[in-house]
Amino acid sequence: MWSSRSHGQRIAALTVIGTAIVLPLVVFVLGPHMPPGKGTPVASSQVTDNTVLLVVMTPFTMFILAYLAYALVVFRAPKGEEIVDGAPMRGHFKSQVAWLATTTAAVLFLAIFGTTELLADNGAGGGGGPNPVAKPSGAVFPVQVIAQQWEFTYRYPTYGGVETATLVLPAGRQIAFHVTSLDAIHSFWAYQLGVKADANPGVDNVAYVRTKNPSTFQIRCAELCGLWHGYMSDTGRVVSAADFATWIAARRRQFAPSMKYLPKYAPSYAPDPTFRAG
Amino acid sequence: MKLRRLIGFNLLTAVVLGVVGFYVGWWLGHLVKAESIEYFDDTGQNDIALFVAYFTGVVGFLVGLGFANYPVQRLLGKPPSLREKETAGIGRYFGLCTDHKVVGIQYLIGIGAFIFIGGLNAMLIRFELLRPTHLAWNGNNYLTLVGLHGTMMMGMMTSGILGPFANYFVPLMIGARRMAFPRIEALTFWLLMAAGTILMTALAFGGFPTGWTGYAPLSEQSNMGVDAYIAFFALVGLSMMLLGLNMLVTVITMRAPGLSWSRLPIFVWGTITTSVLMVLAAPVLVSTLFMLALDRTAQTSFFNVQAGGSPYLYENLFWIFGHPEVYVLALPGMGIVLEILPVFARKPLWGYRLAVTGMVGIMLLSFLVWQHHLFVSGINGDLRPFYMLSTELISLPTGFIFVCALGTLWAGRIRLTVPMLFALAWIFNFLVGGLSGVFLSDVPSDVTTHGSFFSMAHFHYTIMGGLLFAFFGAIYYWVPKMTGFELNERLGKIHFWVMFIAFNSTFGPLLVIGFLGMPRRVVTYAGYLQGANEWVSISAFVLGASMLVFLVNLVWTQVFVRTPAAANPWGSKSIEFQLPSPVPVHNFDRIPTFGPDPYPYGGIEGTRPVVVPARPTA
Repeated sequence: MWSSRSHGQRIAALTVIGTAIVLPLVVFVLGPHMPPGKGTPVASSQVTDNTVLLVVMTPFTMFILAYLAYALVVFRAPKGEEIVDGAPMRGHFKSQVAWLATTTAAVLFLAIFGTTELLADNGAGGGGGPNPVAKPSGAVFPVQVIAQQWEFTYRYPTYGGVETATLVLPAGRQIAFHVTSLDAIHSFWAYQLGVKADANPGVDNVAYVRTKNPSTFQIRCAELCGLWHGYMSDTGRVVSAADFATWIAARRRQFAPSMKYLPKYAPSYAPDPTFRAG
Repeated sequence: MKLRRLIGFNLLTAVVLGVVGFYVGWWLGHLVKAESIEYFDDTGQNDIALFVAYFTGVVGFLVGLGFANYPVQRLLGKPPSLREKETAGIGRYFGLCTDHKVVGIQYLIGIGAFIFIGGLNAMLIRFELLRPTHLAWNGNNYLTLVGLHGTMMMGMMTSGILGPFANYFVPLMIGARRMAFPRIEALTFWLLMAAGTILMTALAFGGFPTGWTGYAPLSEQSNMGVDAYIAFFALVGLSMMLLGLNMLVTVITMRAPGLSWSRLPIFVWGTITTSVLMVLAAPVLVSTLFMLALDRTAQTSFFNVQAGGSPYLYENLFWIFGHPEVYVLALPGMGIVLEILPVFARKPLWGYRLAVTGMVGIMLLSFLVWQHHLFVSGINGDLRPFYMLSTELISLPTGFIFVCALGTLWAGRIRLTVPMLFALAWIFNFLVGGLSGVFLSDVPSDVTTHGSFFSMAHFHYTIMGGLLFAFFGAIYYWVPKMTGFELNERLGKIHFWVMFIAFNSTFGPLLVIGFLGMPRRVVTYAGYLQGANEWVSISAFVLGASMLVFLVNLVWTQVFVRTPAAANPWGSKSIEFQLPSPVPVHNFDRIPTFGPDPYPYGGIEGTRPVVVPARPTA
């Protein structure tokens, strides 16, 4: 029978070897492919964030898996053995303290890291309420996202409040999404941009993101909103500044006759409580 | 069984009175239909009638079972009937019975049946998701299936372990002959049965599209199926409160002499901490649903934006209940696993005090984390760092449970019986569940994972991989003790391996699918995810099939080919295994005395509980 010390050394060795193999795979193979891709700076830093979380978890996972595997091989009762008790060990103060210290350090690191990332990225693409704590410096390009059963429409307050059915954004601009709803709770999820913000009736929920090069991105509703929730998706586009100017001018001409029927642009609109669906 | 036994206070009468009560209430409810209540005329739906009908139906059901007998007989000055204290016969299982062991078995069968229905819903959901576009169910039916699956599982599994196993074994483990409030104990079970039936009636009222969360503006505008959801969850909440209170009072006041707090088996600690959560969290649920019901019937406006209410209020209240609720689903599983590991590692529980600290820590912290469900909702944006920290802090006490489980295996003599396999699988599944939870607790990561299949897969890893695996471990460990008949070990091992592999093959890929951008509760999804979803659906069907293996095992060994179980097949030193199988009606002839250690493996023989079991009744 091996001594406690040699069991411990073997499990430690297995943990180190496992970590040494898996960690580079996590950082160099899995890391670059972590969601949601590198479409925007916010999305990129979410990729970094996801990778860091995986890196912190890897040694813990490897330890527990190594321990379980080792225990199942070495601490097994021989087949057909009469029931024999193991040694009556009821705890080990040092290893308990070591475990507590390690997990506490990891947890505090994760909380501090998460908070810095959250503040550094102006809310990391998540909806931060009507008046977010972290705001980008410099000019922002506001776009209002109006969720309703069961589609998103978009208003551009700096272009006369024109309302469109497709989302087009200029490249290289700091965008401020103002997300609101006309009925139930929805959630505006622009996957490749790294943006998700709940659309609540009567609330102006702001999320910031800086666009990069011209590209397309998927939009889905991420909060159950009734009958056609599963169909509430859309494709948005990021286009060059010149293309955007052409596009928005065309939309303003197209919708000029209907502008007088639209309510004046506002952070939120009165939902209709008697409207019943699904 | 004699035919005249069918007449009297039993399940049959209860069903008849329940249906009669329902229609009486329905009729009464239509009497109060008023011009001033605006929705009725233009939509033809009468929520008031349905709520009244559910209420009178439940009252009729309970009266039929005999819950009114005792108070009525007392009020009339007559001696109460002793029918509910019957000690033998199959009829006890079909009515009000105050024997905690009968209630435990009632719970096992009753809850098992509803969980099976919930599982079938999951199969139908996965069938639809074989194709990225519409396949079998229309949008409304699909959402109803999603809602029924989620609500049924969340409602029933809250009592999934406390109902059958704590009711049966906690009195034994603390050396008591009964629970503190035996009639309330029976009531918690029958309330759940009424609740489950009510939830199924949602199908008759057009289903409900709100999922198990029932977020307010949607649940206020939706059809009458939502009333069934409200009535179900309110009854479940009531049942949880009563169950938790009963457990707490029992453990606090009825422990045998010498059984101090530090001598309680760890499963009892799991039960206590769960009960505290139930008693404190469930009232929030019931009052929230009451507000929602008022909004739907009396035209109040708690959650109606235009009239000054707030959907945030509903979200907050729901998750103040909802997050302790998910630990109601986790803690009993931890208790079971830490109870099973010492028996089959032949070791005392390693770090008993650390494990208790872990459970109490989880219990306390679980009240401080609810807004991590609302990280992108726009509420309290500046409090997100706090909720991120408090959520991640929960991994410390959870880590205690892990380190105690691992420490117990150290230098043990591990025997891989079926219960042990389930307990070990719990460690693996809950590890994946816990680690995936870290992504959801971190705000930047949560922006992608929130509301996606990732979060769905995460909580299936903790609840199904955690609680349900512990549930099955407990079944294989304790059912021979409860019924007196062995379960088949070979079928048990087949069940375990198919379930374990199919479970991971179902929910592992779902973590990835969520990361790749698939939201929850959608009936259509992006075409590039079809291959992965087909894999998941087929794995889910295999997972469903593994449950059939279990059912065959259960029915075959408990009904058809019965092998009497030994008193102590596992060589356990826990007190219930010192009693005959099944446990006699009065548990012990004399109240047992307890040694200083609930797990005296490798210790001195004299430290195991001294038990004088009751003579078996013929």
